[in-house]
Amino acid sequence: MDGPRGPRPRRILSRGNIMLYGTLIVVAIYYLLPLWVMVMTSLKGMPEIRMGNIFAPPVEITFEPWVKAWAEACTGLNCDGLSRGFWNSVRILVPSVALSIAVASVSGYALSMWRFRGSETFFAILLIGAFIPYQVMLYPIVILLREIGLYGSLWGLVIVHTIFGMPINTLLFRNWFAAIPEELFKAARVDGAGFWGIFLRVLVPMSLPIFTVSAIIQVTGIWNDFLFGVVYTTPANYPMTVQLNNIVNSVQGVKEYNVNMAATLLTGLVPLIVYFASGKLFVRGIAAGAVKG
Amino acid sequence: MTETAAIPPLAAASSPSVSIRGLRLAFGAVTVLQDLDLDIAEGEFLVLLGSSGCGKSTLLNCIAGLLEPTDGQIFIKGRNVTWLEPSERGIGMVFQSYALYPQMTVRGNLSFGLRNARVPREEIDRRVARAAEILQIGPLLDRKPGQLSGGQRQRVAIGRALVRDVDVFLFDEPLSNLDAKLRTDLRVELKRLHQSLGNTMIYVTHDQVEAMTLADRIAIMKGGRIMQLGTPDEIYNRPANRYVADFIGSPSMNFLEGQWEGGAFRGKDILLPIPARTGGTARPAILGIRPEHVMTGPLAETAPLRTEVIVDIVEPMGADTLVWGELGGKPFRIRMDGQARVRPGDRLPIGLDPARASLFDARTEERL
Repeated sequence: MDGPRGPRPRRILSRGNIMLYGTLIVVAIYYLLPLWVMVMTSLKGMPEIRMGNIFAPPVEITFEPWVKAWAEACTGLNCDGLSRGFWNSVRILVPSVALSIAVASVSGYALSMWRFRGSETFFAILLIGAFIPYQVMLYPIVILLREIGLYGSLWGLVIVHTIFGMPINTLLFRNWFAAIPEELFKAARVDGAGFWGIFLRVLVPMSLPIFTVSAIIQVTGIWNDFLFGVVYTTPANYPMTVQLNNIVNSVQGVKEYNVNMAATLLTGLVPLIVYFASGKLFVRGIAAGAVKG
Repeated sequence: MTETAAIPPLAAASSPSVSIRGLRLAFGAVTVLQDLDLDIAEGEFLVLLGSSGCGKSTLLNCIAGLLEPTDGQIFIKGRNVTWLEPSERGIGMVFQSYALYPQMTVRGNLSFGLRNARVPREEIDRRVARAAEILQIGPLLDRKPGQLSGGQRQRVAIGRALVRDVDVFLFDEPLSNLDAKLRTDLRVELKRLHQSLGNTMIYVTHDQVEAMTLADRIAIMKGGRIMQLGTPDEIYNRPANRYVADFIGSPSMNFLEGQWEGGAFRGKDILLPIPARTGGTARPAILGIRPEHVMTGPLAETAPLRTEVIVDIVEPMGADTLVWGELGGKPFRIRMDGQARVRPGDRLPIGLDPARASLFDARTEERL
């Protein structure tokens, strides 16, 4: 056969492509610019910052602001930087994430596989919880925690995070488990597995994606939390976000923009890493867990 | 203890394997199973057959203990299991979707039930090896279900019941997810398995070919009731009512409306002497004749009743030919030999034999 051969020629610079990539590039710049400014500023010394060109890369790169932000920056109370807040946040994060995922996964499992009389109503009430503004519950919870003697302690905050993580995470797990064929559940019962046996040995091993999604939601949510941290703990236990605020907003001496930028970047690092590391699993889990009812 | 309570006798069956007494299941106002009584003999292969929604799977789930009956009792090997967990009943179950545990290997799938029952390690290995040999899945033991074909998966699912040394095997449409060729193969294998193991098996299906080929007895269900319980031969040749007659057989039975009186059925263009078991007075009746029991050719000459059918459509199918015609103004199907030469418009002489016909009361639709 005569005539042109080979793969079908593609026009790279078609009108559609120019529009598409043009828009994408503009949007990317819009979102990346602040990050650029922050990173650059955090690497400059104060004299260079005072020269005023915030977009210019540093003439002389210095990591001094990062070290200071981490270990030396002063809040109103002490001068050991963000490190204290970082470790507080870790101590809050680990038990909160573990506990909230444990509670939500078991609740979702029970609500989808072991339907009981009124389980749908129970689930509806739980979901309503997701739509009530936090502010409404702020003070009642203070009283509640005070009465059970946990107010101001780290465990009080862990409990608060667990409770507030319940609606969305239970919904995620319930929908995930509801999509698993009922016959699998029946087969496990015939094989003599009980409530926990089915959950731990059959369902959990096949549910990695939804556990990942739930973990990401909880890790980023709890790490970024400011309100609960400042309300339910004492200064000794303040999480990193509160510490960051105290450093940036402390009003003594000059405003050290480079230190503030470094501190902010340090605080945002954890959620950033979590998203980068788990991107594909996250999308898969969201797609699987969210659609089916 | 309730466990030793005697089973109320139903039939003359000697020590039934599974007995069901007055079983009723209702979800709110909807009654799914209605006062079922059933005895299944030791080693029997019983098929529950019916169209979807007839309650056959529900009944199986009740026997398995996966559904709690509203009323009634279930005995397995003389033991009242009505309130026992599925795993305590001595049953194994095979599902339509295989329901293998996706994260476990074949070996893990087979041994899961035994591990739950805390059976010693050596005993587990021994039983898994035996099941793998019977089902010829030895080479697959270390694979995951995702790496198996449909037929292999279903074998593993059967093996999962096999290793537990259960008294009763329950099958919930186990072949419905397989393609036609594989289904036929596995059907034969299931029959062989039943013959060599000798376990009681209860098998749910909507496929009448599976039912006829596998069953010792078939229970045809409709609306939560058993319409007829009998051997495949009884079900096919002496259907207890019009529903069963219509349900079994493909293409289905021809029904002619008319009157039964004085030992003969009188319909439009037809007068056929046929005895009714019940005798009694004249009444409106329905005569049922299977397409394959209509006599044609030279045989038709010898039949007690001879008449003619106007041929409408001819469907040659190789082994036999289906003829769609008209008799007494109603559609009438005839299954003829594959070599039969019939053409639309022909007037085909046929013969009917009362010995191979069924007579039903037009009102109750029960066999007369």
